[in-house]
Amino acid sequence: MQWKGIAKKVQKEFQFRTRLRWLVDKSATSLAVLSTILVIVPLAAIFIYLIIKGASSLNVDFFTKIPKPVGESGGGMANAIVGSVTLLAIASLIGVPVGIGGGVFLAEFGRGTKLADAVRFTADVLNGVPSIVMGLAAYALIVVPQHHFSALAGGVALGIMMIPTICRTTEEMLLMVPHSVREAALGLGVPNWRSVLSITVKTASPGIITGCMLAFARVAGETAPLIFTALGNDFWSTSLNEPIAALPLQIWIYAQSPYDDWHRLAWGGSLVLIILIVVAVSLVRFVTSRGVLKGTS
Amino acid sequence: MPEIRISHPQTQPEADSTPPQAPTGALVQEHSAIRRHLLGRGNSAVADGVFKALMVLCALSIFAIVALIAWELIQRSQLSWHAFGFKFFYKTYIDPTTGLPSYWDPVNNYFSALPFVYGTLVSSLLSLLLAVPLSIGVAVFLTEMCPGFLRGPLAFLTELLAAIPSIIYGLWAVFVLVPLLREYVNPVLVKTFGWSGFFSDDNPTGLGYFASAVILAVMILPIISSLTREVMTAVPHSQREAVLALGATRWEMIRMGVLRNARIGIVGAVILGLGRALGETMAVTMVIGNTPQISRSLLATGSSMASVIANEFTEAVSDMHLSALIEIGLALFIVTIIVNATARLLVWAVTRGAPATQR
Repeated sequence: MQWKGIAKKVQKEFQFRTRLRWLVDKSATSLAVLSTILVIVPLAAIFIYLIIKGASSLNVDFFTKIPKPVGESGGGMANAIVGSVTLLAIASLIGVPVGIGGGVFLAEFGRGTKLADAVRFTADVLNGVPSIVMGLAAYALIVVPQHHFSALAGGVALGIMMIPTICRTTEEMLLMVPHSVREAALGLGVPNWRSVLSITVKTASPGIITGCMLAFARVAGETAPLIFTALGNDFWSTSLNEPIAALPLQIWIYAQSPYDDWHRLAWGGSLVLIILIVVAVSLVRFVTSRGVLKGTS
Repeated sequence: MPEIRISHPQTQPEADSTPPQAPTGALVQEHSAIRRHLLGRGNSAVADGVFKALMVLCALSIFAIVALIAWELIQRSQLSWHAFGFKFFYKTYIDPTTGLPSYWDPVNNYFSALPFVYGTLVSSLLSLLLAVPLSIGVAVFLTEMCPGFLRGPLAFLTELLAAIPSIIYGLWAVFVLVPLLREYVNPVLVKTFGWSGFFSDDNPTGLGYFASAVILAVMILPIISSLTREVMTAVPHSQREAVLALGATRWEMIRMGVLRNARIGIVGAVILGLGRALGETMAVTMVIGNTPQISRSLLATGSSMASVIANEFTEAVSDMHLSALIEIGLALFIVTIIVNATARLLVWAVTRGAPATQR
């Protein structure tokens, strides 16, 4: 009699707990889904807004004309596009060789050594240093001795920022190359440097190139290090010794202005930047996930 | 089958293509053709040594860059360091004409970084508060619950979110987010939480700490969630299976089997996000309002360390002003290095010992 009562109570309690756990499980699941949706919404909002606003302001003038003075409508950002290309060229000249060299060291010569660990760690930390600090450093290093703002200073600041990213992606790509390939090369009597350059690096080159493109795209959108190095310029300039315009800088200046026409240009510029970045990121994803390297890993 | 793309190196074409003739004078001390070829080619030790040295040099340049940045910033901030010392970071001056606290006055030549330190801390901590629960939710969804066909595109989207330049976030924030907050969100916050004093109704612009915290949260979300995802996939499957075998529901499995094992790495990911938020410049500069003041209300305008540098550097009026701005930059550099180093160590502690990948 008593036993039966207790058994019933236990069963009831058990049922209650099971239901509670089921409820907690479902609510946790729905919370996770909800947060994912909440994250996707701003992304979608940014993209849709950019495309609507940007597409309407892109035209031939945008790519061929320099900005008009305040009050006149029309004009474009040709000088900013050329300036960005110049700055990125300088940055790549500095960042790409040094970054790839560092990556080759990490993957080929320094495996498992203390030095390699230290380099890897420093590269990661350097990656997290705010871009504005890089700008300050380039200012102190180049602008102060030269006594004027210049494209060179901006390019150096961007180049320094590319190094850690390229270094780490190069290392990752080289690590994907199987050992047997290196051994085959060395077994044929190829000198080590030759084997690294024309076997390992060449095998991993699609990955390394896309890694460089990713760094390139990241740096292309940087504004903070350019404010007090490249400064910006309303006119044509291709000299490395003079202030130069850049796309993100121009967007910043236009966004702060009160003129609708300039806002329009800012949206157009943003659209151009974002297209560049989306292309780079998709390329990287394509190569690393199902691309050329997959067979070798 | 592995397809290895090797371009055949054309290094030794002539010697190998013609088969070496058998040595004729067998007893004469004459090297074989192959041997002669190898000897004639010389020793590759020199070339190898030079190549390796070059690569080491590239790697060492990373150390050199960090040292150079530190050295330059220290050199250029000497002036304000000697004038204000450590008080630079906490002293409050009183404006003689108004009697109100004042911190940053380039005209009267006194500088205190207190409002900027405060602005940076408030906006980035608030953004963490908004971003951390969301990003853990996203990571949990992507690793444990997501149907396979959605996982790829969603991971790609979060990656994309991380790659958008901060100037574009800033542009969007100025033209879309701030009006939205001003019209709809801020009045609600004032009405419901006004009693606490953190949300007061005296700033009609919509710019301020809260707006910058929201945009910062959007920006650091992908970083935190992708790292959390990485850490969570590093948790061995046996842990999950063990918990499931005891009759746990999925959420209990995630809580006990995954989150508990990954917690150190998740903390690392959060700290890494904090590092990003501390140094974020453009988006914050565009929405924080740029006034050197400290206010209790989160809806008030303020200024952060990075934003004051971006805003005032090109228009600095005196050497002391420049030097003070560079000192703020130096502080930012040191703080972000410490924060990033801590975070990396924590993330490594989890992912390093783990099995590489598992489906």
